[in-house]
Amino acid sequence: MTQAQATHLQEVEVTPWREYFSFSTDHKVIGIQYLVASFVFYLIGGVLAELVRTELATPASDFVTRETYNELFTMHATIMIFLWIIPSLTGGFGNFLVPLMIGARDMAFPKLNAIAFWIIPPTSVLLLMSFFVGPASAGWTSYPPLSLITNKAGEAIWILGVILLGTSSIMAGLNFLVTILKMRIPSMGLNDMPLFCWAMLATSALQLIATPVLTGAMVLLGFDLLVGTAFFNPAGGGDPIVYQHMFWFYSHPAVYIMILPAFGLISEILPVHARKPIFGYQAIAYSSIAISFLGLIVWAHHMFTSGTPDWLRMFFMIATMVIAVPTGIKVFSWVATVWGGKLNLCSAMLFGMAFVSMFVVGGLSGVMVASVPFDIHVHDTYFVVAHLHYVLFGGSVFGIYAGLYHWFPKMTGRMLNEFWGKVHFALTFVGFNMCFLPMHVLGLQGMNRRIAEYDPKFATLNLVCTIGSYILAVSTLPFLVNAVWSWLRGPQASGNPWKALTLEWTVPSPPPVENFEVDPVLLIGPYDYGRHCLLPQPVARSAPVTNVEAKTADLSAPRQSEENINQ
Amino acid sequence: MNVPTSILTLIIGIVITLASGWVSQNNGLMPTAAAAEAVEIDRLFTAMIAIATGLFLLVQGALLYSLFAFRRRDGDETDATPVHGNVSLEIVWTAIPAMLVLWLGIYSFDVYQSIDSAGTMGSTHMAHQHGGMETVVAAGEGTPAPSDPVLLATQGNRADGPLAQAIATEVIDPLIVNVDGLQYAWLFTYPDTGIVSGELHLPINRSVTLNITARDVIHAFWVPEFRLKQDAVPGQVNHLNFQPTKEGTYPVICAELCGAYHGAMKTRSIVHSQTDYQAWVDSQLVAHNSSTTAVAQRSDPSPVSVLEQHATAMGLPDHWPDHGHEHSLSTLPPDWLEASSLDPSGS
Repeated sequence: MTQAQATHLQEVEVTPWREYFSFSTDHKVIGIQYLVASFVFYLIGGVLAELVRTELATPASDFVTRETYNELFTMHATIMIFLWIIPSLTGGFGNFLVPLMIGARDMAFPKLNAIAFWIIPPTSVLLLMSFFVGPASAGWTSYPPLSLITNKAGEAIWILGVILLGTSSIMAGLNFLVTILKMRIPSMGLNDMPLFCWAMLATSALQLIATPVLTGAMVLLGFDLLVGTAFFNPAGGGDPIVYQHMFWFYSHPAVYIMILPAFGLISEILPVHARKPIFGYQAIAYSSIAISFLGLIVWAHHMFTSGTPDWLRMFFMIATMVIAVPTGIKVFSWVATVWGGKLNLCSAMLFGMAFVSMFVVGGLSGVMVASVPFDIHVHDTYFVVAHLHYVLFGGSVFGIYAGLYHWFPKMTGRMLNEFWGKVHFALTFVGFNMCFLPMHVLGLQGMNRRIAEYDPKFATLNLVCTIGSYILAVSTLPFLVNAVWSWLRGPQASGNPWKALTLEWTVPSPPPVENFEVDPVLLIGPYDYGRHCLLPQPVARSAPVTNVEAKTADLSAPRQSEENINQ
Repeated sequence: MNVPTSILTLIIGIVITLASGWVSQNNGLMPTAAAAEAVEIDRLFTAMIAIATGLFLLVQGALLYSLFAFRRRDGDETDATPVHGNVSLEIVWTAIPAMLVLWLGIYSFDVYQSIDSAGTMGSTHMAHQHGGMETVVAAGEGTPAPSDPVLLATQGNRADGPLAQAIATEVIDPLIVNVDGLQYAWLFTYPDTGIVSGELHLPINRSVTLNITARDVIHAFWVPEFRLKQDAVPGQVNHLNFQPTKEGTYPVICAELCGAYHGAMKTRSIVHSQTDYQAWVDSQLVAHNSSTTAVAQRSDPSPVSVLEQHATAMGLPDHWPDHGHEHSLSTLPPDWLEASSLDPSGS
């Protein structure tokens, strides 16, 4: 098998760069298109964040005008959510990995896939162009009536942008759902799928169910803004609270759309670099589904101070707290996976373990803000800002980085530089905690969010946050240089540099256009590390079998022997 | 060196428990508690911080320990001993968090009931009828229907003298204040006396009911020292009940993004002793009788000057907001003029 791979290595053709700027229907090209495009938006959103933090370095509003400040944080959140985290995790990793992991040659609907991606560049240009007319400045939540009376042109562009990006997200979700359910190789049952596929299954269900409601809310908001209807405008008898319900019906599940795929990535990365099977495969798989379901019935916990009726507050409080249970299962299972392993502390593993560590902080503060009486104090404060960044940066972004270090060899056929990877990790970890940890204290002490000026008693901690954010900005440089240099000049990667067991590692790096020469057949599970008791791991888990009878024969035998070992 | 695992586990458990307890008692993260409700919420916070610290130490400790203890040795190319799961362990770490959140849910519910004993923290809609700004007038005038008798009682007690008032304070006589948010100021109207103020003056140890609404966009009333927050939504009255228990001056902050000057939308809440409060009421009534309704604000120069500063920056007339809100309304689209009937002072 090793020989077979060596020959593959020489045959591999590197995708011509023009391919990445074309309407390609290859899921791998589309995945990389998503990843590179969204990383550009991450940098743009990051610049906006640095401007916000620079304004907040001092208590007075002295860096940008107050109007500009509101535009900055509105666009920061919009870009980070809709153009960075969601497209990179679902579109980027989802596209590149799901077909390879389930042994498919492409996604179920390749053209739809390409359309879903190509909606994003024009939409993002449109959103960025709104800076010339004054972009949306009512926060990414865009609550009416404020959103109806400030920067109308920018708001209209923002609404159109969100509708288009939502449409792209629905297309992607539908595609993943069908691909995962229908295009697995025959020998792969649902419970043989890598956990990333489970996570994507749960994510795409959320995309399909929740996003249309956001689109509906946006259409109605657009009518209120442009035509003068009064769906949400109290001046004409409308109800702004209805908008909040519709908005959060999508936007809370959106948090899970942003974190579930990252959970999936971590479940792949930890076992490989710990050289140990994932602890509690089924618990992790089903907890993704549980989170996805529960995520749909917790939205009003963003509205505990909106005059929500008491019984509704109690229902949403309990439902929200219950999410801690499946989430806790995942965290404990990851810790148990690492425990007793033989940890290869490469950059991917460091980011992966840091993900667990940082996500726990965001998870614990999440349970706290779920408690209605406490939330009444901290809602709309920096405590919430800290909480959401621990989930979406400490969680999602650390997860994306872990994924990039882990699959970069597979995607590009080149290895990243480990030294600069570790420098990147150290700077990110320190900068992140320095930037966001003090915000918990600020919020509890009484600093509200979305303000350009604040009480001078909060000056010291805010300065610490700002310095942390600068470290965070600097931290992206080693990564950028490393990624660009390694992609062009880095050492060649073998088909399976981490000796991993999922199917994407059985094909050369980068994978050929058709992915698999022949349909692979599962011989061992995706996480069967250490099965050959202290013997070197076989580098491939699939054998080219063309014979149908051989397939069916192979199906049951290895499973049984594995059970024997467990006993 | 050969300490049995069970003893080691026990010691670690005790250390984590002690550390969590210590952190929960000595974190100093919350500001002064100036209301009875704040004390309750702080107790809940203390419990949650204890649990969170325990879980934090457990997970981070395990990760850090793994980072050093389970590092791969150089040249070791083998896999670790495979462990696919452990059903009893998985049941434990499903059941314990489940019980913890169940307990936390019940405890939170309990605290919520005690801080919202009147069960009125919800909202009352004002504008359900078509073109229905008449209903808004009614709500803006006083309070929603249920509190009308209370309002009458308040006025009656004032006539009966301080003793009756003191008795009533304990049971049926919450001080009612109508809170009105507008870009970028708070207006506090006391229906029992007709006082309109830019600051919230409250007597100590007397229940307060705030009827909160907004004139233009959504605002949120927040006093960190009371730990209480409630959105001010146009077209809807939200309620907040609490009892200040500590004299002092506390910031009133707008917590919901309301426009460019959101960060500057601040005023003060002053908790007086009973006698000081009465003195303040009397002084306001004298001012009220000798001049127009809004003069009341002149006695509070600080917030007015702050507002004036912003008003200038926004290009508003420089006497804004002293003369009611006619001028502030001129900055709003024409639809909003209709909403001016919300104005409780009837300007």
